[in-house]
Amino acid sequence: MFDIVFWILAIIAIAAALAVILLKDVFRAALALILLFLVVAGIYLILSADFLAVVQILVYVGAISILIIVGVMLTHDVAHGNPPGKLRLPALIVSVLLLGALVLTMTSTPWLISKLPPQEPTTAFIGERLFGPGGFLLPVEMSAVLLLTAILGAIVIMREK
Amino acid sequence: MTVGLEHFLILSAVLFCIGLYGVLTRRNVVIILMCIEIMLNAVNISLVAFSRYVTPAVLQGQMFVIFVITVAAAEVAVGIAMIIAIYRKRQSINADTFDLLKW
Repeated sequence: MFDIVFWILAIIAIAAALAVILLKDVFRAALALILLFLVVAGIYLILSADFLAVVQILVYVGAISILIIVGVMLTHDVAHGNPPGKLRLPALIVSVLLLGALVLTMTSTPWLISKLPPQEPTTAFIGERLFGPGGFLLPVEMSAVLLLTAILGAIVIMREK
Repeated sequence: MTVGLEHFLILSAVLFCIGLYGVLTRRNVVIILMCIEIMLNAVNISLVAFSRYVTPAVLQGQMFVIFVITVAAAEVAVGIAMIIAIYRKRQSINADTFDLLKW
């Protein structure tokens, strides 16, 4: 059951990613990207990361995809706006070489697979790790400042003179 | 063959390389931003897979994914703002015409 779900999700994910870079219509590419985000949420679910799956749907499917669609709509030439550049062959060579190197490294490394059962549900545990002693409190505070800076930066950049 | 850590890592590598190819070849800046999102999601998949198979008791990978998602959200907001600002000035979202810093 787990294997079948993984293969279905993997095939849909790769097809959606290919659709993003190959479709001529930018809006359809954005829809394929949303499908990819949903499939990644499904992959988090089968990896027993339930909190992250919900965060993925809220942040990526809910917010980031809306931003990208607004960006598509505010810039013209939606229907034929995805022309290929001049660097197709070098880019293909670089990507395939990187893929080969990654797959070779990943399959030849002896990973230390743990026999422990996964944490389930993860939400309370993640909260303890984020805010508890010895946790990630400083990065949480820093990400708050980062988000504030990003909001201010976006407003300043977008403002009409 | 039962699905294990390697399968998730290879899926993540394939998605990352598709995103890299898109970033290098596409000329529409919005598509380039989408491809960067594909690459970030690919890395997140591998982090969650490590968290599930290597450190299932402390969920180290999932912590990193939370911060990656935060930074990705900030990055998209600023990126879209920059694209719209440049489009307003140049009437184009073709990456080849963004040569303000070229001399």
